[in-house]
Amino acid sequence: MPNFFTDNKDLLFHFDNLDLKEVVDFYEDNYKQADKFNFAPVNYDDAKENFRRILEITGDIAANYIAPRSSGIDEEGATFKDGKVHYAKGTRESLDLLSKAELMGMILPREYGGLNFPTTIYMFAVEMISRADASLMNIFGLQDIGRTIVEFGSIEQKQEFLPHFSSGKYTAAMALTEPDAGSDLQAVKLTAYQDEKGNWFLRGVKRFITNGNGEVLLVLARTEAGTKDARGLSMLVCYGDETVKVRRIEHKLGIHGSPTCELQFNDTPAQLVGARRFGLLKYVLYLMNRARVGIGAQSLGISQEAYEQALKYAKAREQFGKPIYNLPVVSNMLIDMRVSLEANRSLFYNTCVWLDKKEMLETLVERLKADKKPVTEVNERLKEATKVLNLLTPLTKYLLSESSNKICFDSLQIHGGTGYMHEFGIERLSRDARITNIYEGTSQLQIVAASGGVINDILVEYFNEWEKKEYKGSLINLLGILKEIRVIFNECLKYIKDKKDPNIQDVAAKDLVELYGYIYIGFLVLNEANEDQRKVFTARRYILDALTKARKNAEAIKNELYSDILHADTILI
Amino acid sequence: MIKNSIVMVKQVPDTANISGQVMKEDGTVNRAKLPAIFNYEDRVALEFALQVKDKFGGKVTAITMGPPRASDVLRECLYMGADEAILISDRKFAGADTLATSYVLAETIKHIGNYDFIFAGRQAIDGDTAQVGPQTAEKLHIPQITYADEILAVGESSVKIKKKIEGGYEILESSLPVLVTVIKDAAFPRPFQAKRIMAYKNAKTLSELEKLTEGNSLLYVDQLQDEYETRGLYIKTLTMDDLKLDESRCGIHGSPTKVYKVESVVLAGSHHQIVPPTKEGIGDLIDNLLADHILG
Repeated sequence: MPNFFTDNKDLLFHFDNLDLKEVVDFYEDNYKQADKFNFAPVNYDDAKENFRRILEITGDIAANYIAPRSSGIDEEGATFKDGKVHYAKGTRESLDLLSKAELMGMILPREYGGLNFPTTIYMFAVEMISRADASLMNIFGLQDIGRTIVEFGSIEQKQEFLPHFSSGKYTAAMALTEPDAGSDLQAVKLTAYQDEKGNWFLRGVKRFITNGNGEVLLVLARTEAGTKDARGLSMLVCYGDETVKVRRIEHKLGIHGSPTCELQFNDTPAQLVGARRFGLLKYVLYLMNRARVGIGAQSLGISQEAYEQALKYAKAREQFGKPIYNLPVVSNMLIDMRVSLEANRSLFYNTCVWLDKKEMLETLVERLKADKKPVTEVNERLKEATKVLNLLTPLTKYLLSESSNKICFDSLQIHGGTGYMHEFGIERLSRDARITNIYEGTSQLQIVAASGGVINDILVEYFNEWEKKEYKGSLINLLGILKEIRVIFNECLKYIKDKKDPNIQDVAAKDLVELYGYIYIGFLVLNEANEDQRKVFTARRYILDALTKARKNAEAIKNELYSDILHADTILI
Repeated sequence: MIKNSIVMVKQVPDTANISGQVMKEDGTVNRAKLPAIFNYEDRVALEFALQVKDKFGGKVTAITMGPPRASDVLRECLYMGADEAILISDRKFAGADTLATSYVLAETIKHIGNYDFIFAGRQAIDGDTAQVGPQTAEKLHIPQITYADEILAVGESSVKIKKKIEGGYEILESSLPVLVTVIKDAAFPRPFQAKRIMAYKNAKTLSELEKLTEGNSLLYVDQLQDEYETRGLYIKTLTMDDLKLDESRCGIHGSPTKVYKVESVVLAGSHHQIVPPTKEGIGDLIDNLLADHILG
């Protein structure tokens, strides 16, 4: 029987090389939880064994139960009838099984029925579920909402909602977007008002809400009447009861199993989560950053499946008397796909570990402050982690989502005419992938978010340190190439800075962010190749390809390719 | 109205994933070359027992007779939700046919006592005899319902069950306790539960505890057994002596079935026949199939 965990060598490679000891030691209270819960680990090795076993059953369920339902889910889709949203049969069955397997509260604390796993381990599961059915990820991946309540909700709110998330009885939604507030969430209008007793109510409309039919909704609303910016917004939680009317669901290009709802709140009773006015500035930012990492996992899962299908098809399909796999142009495309996939995964799990570390440090700082203990040292580490993550999160979301589109594009191409037909899975994967670089912030927004860190070269210390490491054999040449890309990056950065033209800076940000990505990922794969022979070819193809692309990025900047944007009105007739 | 169930499960070679070198020269199966799995219909039987428990409360005990490594399926029973798992294992049980096996199982069930249901899969995929369930019921002098598809109603001391028969269904009522064997499609076995996997992954049988003590003079089996029992991680192990069994009825000595000959048959098409796509052609084909007893 296939298994999306144990069959995936690269996923196992990352699992085996995870460094989560500090994080797990912390969240297990140095393994004191084992006294209270018979399934809590007694030490780090035990915890890792738990993770492995749980990912194994997730891989089994994904491969043998969910994946066979994915085309049916795509065909039937979520439907809207008599004011109610209905999941496709396969979606219902898959959610039911995942609930029975106790996988719906992986990152929630044990006292609320969860498994208390680090986010990184949860992301392994999200990747596999996405590979089996990308649309199911949109519901399975909503565990971040529970996590947001863990971080910022009151004890009563945690007790009220979390056990039902863990058991799978409730699904959730984050209701942020409105007709006039998409990428620009500061413009949110939905109002939250209080009655004389101080109870909160919601009134207004939300649009494009994934799983808006969920039992629990986390809503971004304007609590401060008369305000127009982010400082007037707060986060509230409410039930999706009869006061929340689903007006319609969207007919989408892909992820058909995931219902995208338009919601009308008619004086819906709600509870404030955390402090007023911090809705967008703190809580949504927290939630969005996690959701963006989640889209990284979804992109990766889709990419893996698209690659697998291309490989299988290329080996089976014979033309000119031999499998097309043996045609150099085809195998070259496959290598490109495989190398992108593996390089993406290296970036992804590196980002995940940073995320876990950052959240651990945040909690630690709060605890130390409460205990009136010195925090300076931990605070320094937290600042560093936050800085790195503010770059890595958008970089990961941007590169992985774009790459999953490219991998699907190439996989469909390898399938030829067959791939264009509805009967084959790659057609669906291509449609599903198309949303990944749009929602949770478009690629263009991710570039803006990443560019600050790039312009300030915030990873310079890491690069310098990695340059000093000793590399084996042919890897020394690859190190040389990475050094060369760093020179190219620095020249481009200087060129842009000297130019002092904000328009050009905006447009060139894409090239700069990509250049920076090559260097960071380049070092990640180089370091992996230094430890594992299998990765040497990956590193070689990735780094050589990166040099070619880096030169192209640099040419665009230095040749002032973009100077004609000043004449946009003349060109765009 | 608490209902206790005992589920008889078996570890079997995974006959669906047969690769080369599985058949020995003499035509017998080389079990070491086949991965061992949980007999699927026994998982369905466990699901039945767990559904009874969900509805009425009570205890679910999974038992298996087999070599030490059969503990794997018992741990899987615990992952699914069984309250207790018991391994019945003894070198003297080796070579048992269905008669000797059902003797040991029936005696074990008497030893456990206090049950309303005994569930088992219809048959195991290695022997395909479908005899062990019925023979066990016979030895316990209790009624049996085979090929069960659905439990329709459970009363204080009776049960109504829908069973599959050729060409249809039959609805039977029986007093309790009863032995029920279930078919593949009767229920979809629930998945292993994450928390139970983590809790019971270290559950061990007596022989596994003995292995832990090997080469470690600080560990004693008795102490380990106590410790594992307190932590709920001990898989009770019963031997022939524990059950005070008659040796002449166990294992190879208690097994009148003798394998006369094993033939390795390779199926290959020998000839083909073209059936014209006409009423006459298809009618002839149906007649031929009926005459050969392939249809009807």
